[in-house]
Amino acid sequence: MSDATLSEADKAAARPNPLREFWFYFRENRGAVFGLYIFVAFAFCAAFAPLLSPYDPTEQFRANALQPPFWQAGGSWAFPLGTDPLGRDMLSRLIEGARYSFFVGIVVVTIAASGGILVGLISGFAPRWLDAIIMRIMDVILAFPSLLLALVLVAILGPSLTNAMIAIAIVLQPHYVRLTRASVMSERQKDYVTAAKVVGAGQARLMFITVLPNCLAPIIVQAALSFSTAILDAAALGFLGMGAQPPTPEWGTMLAEAREFILRAWWVVTFPGIAILVTVLAINLMGDGLRDALDPKLKRS
Amino acid sequence: MLKYFASRLLTFIPTFIGVTLISFGFIRVLPGDPIIVMAGERGISAERYAELSAQFGFDRPILVQFWEYFLGVLQGDLGQSFVTKRPVWDEFFALFPATLELSICAMIFAVALGLPAGVIAAVNRGKFFDRALMSTALIGYSMPIFWWALLLIIVFSGNLQWTPVSGRIDLLYYFPDATGFMLIDSLVSGQSGAFKSAVRHLILPTIVLGTIPLAVIARQTRSAMLEVLSEDYIRTARAKGMSPGRINGIHALRNALIPVITVIGLSVGTLLAGAILTETIFSWPGIGKWMVDSIFRRDYPVVQGGLLLIAVMVMVVNLTVDMLYGVINPKIRKR
Repeated sequence: MSDATLSEADKAAARPNPLREFWFYFRENRGAVFGLYIFVAFAFCAAFAPLLSPYDPTEQFRANALQPPFWQAGGSWAFPLGTDPLGRDMLSRLIEGARYSFFVGIVVVTIAASGGILVGLISGFAPRWLDAIIMRIMDVILAFPSLLLALVLVAILGPSLTNAMIAIAIVLQPHYVRLTRASVMSERQKDYVTAAKVVGAGQARLMFITVLPNCLAPIIVQAALSFSTAILDAAALGFLGMGAQPPTPEWGTMLAEAREFILRAWWVVTFPGIAILVTVLAINLMGDGLRDALDPKLKRS
Repeated sequence: MLKYFASRLLTFIPTFIGVTLISFGFIRVLPGDPIIVMAGERGISAERYAELSAQFGFDRPILVQFWEYFLGVLQGDLGQSFVTKRPVWDEFFALFPATLELSICAMIFAVALGLPAGVIAAVNRGKFFDRALMSTALIGYSMPIFWWALLLIIVFSGNLQWTPVSGRIDLLYYFPDATGFMLIDSLVSGQSGAFKSAVRHLILPTIVLGTIPLAVIARQTRSAMLEVLSEDYIRTARAKGMSPGRINGIHALRNALIPVITVIGLSVGTLLAGAILTETIFSWPGIGKWMVDSIFRRDYPVVQGGLLLIAVMVMVVNLTVDMLYGVINPKIRKR
């Protein structure tokens, strides 16, 4: 019996499963695990929104407009979190809103990361003049405050959720380019890359198979952090009237619609904001945990 | 040293041209013909259209238009607003003090609370105080500030009636703006209550705009302090029997400040992005609100000029921070 466990342990020592190793370090950070739970709940809401929400998010119960949540006088269990000025159920709209935010996060991060990684890889391997041109272009994009650039881009493309996502992806992309390029630059110097070159690996193989996997750790952390930035920026654009358009139950758009009622009906303003805050907070907690788990420098200390 | 400055300046030039190109290019691809927008609902005759088109130079090749725009920019000519007919440059600098005043106050708020919070958290690493402060900082960092603003309005303007909801000062007071900074002007004017009114208008926007920088500074100070506190010279100081207050406050904090100052310098962009939301919500007459209004009014020259001026401002600040960093830290220069 002891032999069996020993050989198990030997195997583990020889080559720990990277996923298990990651989970070992990630679990250390209780905040991150907590964030992960909330994020899973959020993803669940997004996936099964139509099944979870008690009403259609756009259905108007005119007789019950601006009804407070159930624990306040005048509230009822029929609308647990109250209704908005048009008599739509807040809870249903919030659950449906999770879909939009999740979708925004996924799409923006996918576009920004894949584009940014590709350009960053090219920049890291390119001759100096091309590298310089790419980095100057990124400098130009980074010179504009991100929300302002996204705002103007959406004004050009026309206000809609799709265009807001495109704009945010463009604005976030330079961060991936810089990060990838920096990692590529330091990896390229290492012996294993030279070895691969000597063996005769082509440029594409060097870029995508030899070097890229070793650059991924900071990019994954960045992906988590820009997921939350994307949700925040999309909500901000929605709030300014340049993102999702009413009656879409996007959280930022809901806040914009509720603005004139803030002093009369606190719940129409409070709940969408809490939804945004909790989601973004959960993702940032996860991001911190990811960074601690993936950063080899911190692991040793 | 000079070589480092020169190389930093050299990268500034292509970026500047790029920024000009983008702010120029944006307007060319905006939907809607600017002249038709200007004419409004009355419509416009074909002759008048051609006349205006020639007047603004829209009928010439795009490269010529860009060249002339670029020459204008270098001479400080950013065109005229379609709506007010005033030069964009003048409008920008008339509104800029309001944004600057708000940003400075927000930054003072962020540094005054963020630095001590970060130091206290680092010194009490792992204890309750550290956890509480850092959890609060993470909440602040994740805050949708447009919602935060609405919450503060509900509590402080709605329920408690302590602060006004919008503007920079009560309409009661009138005085010429000598500096453009409401706090200074109201004090100089000598009208009783004017200064108090200005302060009350400033409080909520300051808190809203300062929240994210506050969280960033607190987190950054904590991690910089933790790094410095594990250095040998701190142990030496401890061994010599120096008081903890002196070690933390003077020996450690001074070295921890370098990355913190960089973060402060680099958050100008964040501050301007935050100003867009904050000024819109509080009807603060600064450049953030001006940009949003112009975007909605399709006032192209303003959008174009404002975008360019803001980007150049961010670039100049970043360049200054870079250069200062080179002065402080000789290792950077060598690259």
